Amino acid sequence: MSKVALITGAARGQGRSHAVRLARDGFDIVAVDLCAALETPKYAGASRADLDETEELVRAAGARIVTVVGDVRSSADMQRAVRDGVEVLGRLDVVVANAGIVSSAPLLEMTELQWREVVDINLTGVWRSVQAALPQLIEQGSGGSIVLISSIAGMRGFRNLTNYTAAKHGLGGLAAGLANELAEFGIRVNVVAPTNVPTDMILNPSAYRTFRPDLEAPTLEEAMSGFASINLLDTPWVSPEDISGAVAFLASDRSRFITGTTLPVDAGVFVRT
Amino acid sequence: MGGEPRFDDQVVVVTGAARGQGRRHAVRFAELGADVVAIDLCDQVPTVGYPMSTPEDLAQTVAEVESLGRRCSAYRTDVRDLAALLEVARSVEEVHGRVDAIIANAGICITAPAWEMTDEEWDAVLDTNLTGVWNTVKAFVPLVVAPGRGGSVTLISSLAGLRGIRNAIGYISAKHALTGLMRSLANELAPYEIRVNSVNPTNVATPMLLNSNTYQRFNPDLEAPTVEDTIDGFSSLNLLPVPWVEPDDVSDAVLWLASEEGRYVTGAVLPVDAGGFVRT
Repeated sequence: MSKVALITGAARGQGRSHAVRLARDGFDIVAVDLCAALETPKYAGASRADLDETEELVRAAGARIVTVVGDVRSSADMQRAVRDGVEVLGRLDVVVANAGIVSSAPLLEMTELQWREVVDINLTGVWRSVQAALPQLIEQGSGGSIVLISSIAGMRGFRNLTNYTAAKHGLGGLAAGLANELAEFGIRVNVVAPTNVPTDMILNPSAYRTFRPDLEAPTLEEAMSGFASINLLDTPWVSPEDISGAVAFLASDRSRFITGTTLPVDAGVFVRT
Repeated sequence: MGGEPRFDDQVVVVTGAARGQGRRHAVRFAELGADVVAIDLCDQVPTVGYPMSTPEDLAQTVAEVESLGRRCSAYRTDVRDLAALLEVARSVEEVHGRVDAIIANAGICITAPAWEMTDEEWDAVLDTNLTGVWNTVKAFVPLVVAPGRGGSVTLISSLAGLRGIRNAIGYISAKHALTGLMRSLANELAPYEIRVNSVNPTNVATPMLLNSNTYQRFNPDLEAPTVEDTIDGFSSLNLLPVPWVEPDDVSDAVLWLASEEGRYVTGAVLPVDAGGFVRT
C-alpha cells in the first residue's frame, strides 16, 4: 500500500505543487482546499475547478487522490478530510499544512477581521489540521512526518504584515512543542520557510504595493526589484517546485532523524545583512 | 524534479575523508557521479583521547570511490596548516580544474571539564574544528568562484553548535563559531551563486564517538564502561528514541543541500539531531 500525504491548500499554488511532487515520489494524496474566497485578502480565492485540476495532475503522475472541500478553521471539516482520505486510501503518513493567506495593512489600518482571518487560518488552522490527523497517525503506529509551511516572515519581520508575521512565527513554536510531544510515536515535525513564491498570493496588485510602497500602483515589472530586494541570491522569488523539493525531503526517510527544525528555502533572506 | 540528485562530473572536496562521516560523504557523492578530493590528516593529534585515522583508512576511501568509476585525489594534509591546504588547492586545480562543492567535515573531539581543559587541548580543537574550516574555505572557495558556475559549501557542525553540553567546552565553542562563519560567508559568496550552509548532527556512530574515552566521560563512576553502559547517556541528548544517527543520515542532508533541490537554500542550519535542539 502506498504511503498517504494529506495537503491543505492543495487547489493551486504551492499546495498543488506539493501534491504533484509527492505523487511522483509514490504517495497517494488527500487534497484539501476551501475552494472559496475569504473576506479580507485582496486577491481571488481558489475554486473547485482549481482543485479538480490538482486532481487530474496527481492522477497523471500515477497516484490515487481524494479531494476534500473543507475549511482549516473547522475541526469537523479537517476530521472529515482525514476520515474520507483514510477510508479510500487506507492510511495516513504525512501531513503538509500548507493552507495560508495574506491580508496586508499597516497596523493602524488593519481591521480585526484581517487579524482574525489570517491568524485563524495560518496558525490555528495548522493546529486544527495536525490535531485532526494525529489520532490516525498514532493509532497506525508507523511514525510519520508533519511539515508546516511557514515563511521567511516566520523568521524575520516585514512591514504591513503584523498578522501574517505573528502567525508564521507562531508556527515555529507549534512545531517545537509538537516535536517534543510526538517523538515517542516516531512522528517528526518540521517547518519549511520560503521566501517569495510566485503564486496568486503574491502575484497581485496588493502584493506589488507591499513590495514597492514608494509607488502608487506598481506593476509586476516595477515590483520585481522589490521582490528581489529581500533575497541574498539574485532572484525575485523561488518556484513552488523548490519548496516541494524541501517538503519531499522532509516527508521522506532521507530525513528520518530531522525533527523540530525550520528549513529555510529563502534565497538567504534570513542571514542577509 | 524527483528521484536521486546527480552530481555528474562535479568535483567535491571532503576534509576528514579517511573514515567516519567524511568517507560516507565522499562515497555517496561518487555514487551520484562526482569526482572526489579526499583530504585527511591520517595521524594522531596529541591530546586527542581516541585513535585517529590512518593512511590505510584514506586508501580505503580512495578504493571505494574508484570502485564506483570516479576519480579520487587523496591528500594527507592537516587542515590546521593553511599553506599546506593552498598547496593542495593548486594541485586540485591542475588535476580537476575546478571545485563544485566543499564539505568541511574534518573535526576532533577532546573531552574534559572546562576548568581542567589545557591550553594545548583548547588550541587543538579550535585550530582543527574552527580555523581548519576557515582554512579549508579560504583555500578552495577560489576554485568554486573561478569557473563562474556557482556551487555550495557545507560546514559539518554539530548539535553542540546549537546547544551546550558538558565536558567539551572547546568543541562546543568551535562548533557554535561555525554558525557565525557560515552566516557571514553566505553573505559574501551569494554574488557568486555559492551557497553556504551547515549540517548539525547529534551523536554519529563513528570512531570519534564510539570509543572508551567517551564511554568513560558518560560513566565517570564505572570502571572500563562499555558502549552498552553508555546507550542511555547517548540517548538522553535526543528526542527521537535513538542513541545516535548513522553517517548516511548526515550524508542524506549534505547531498540534499549540495544538490539542485537546495539551489535557493543558503545561510541555513540543518540539524540531523533526532530533535536534540528542541528537546526540553
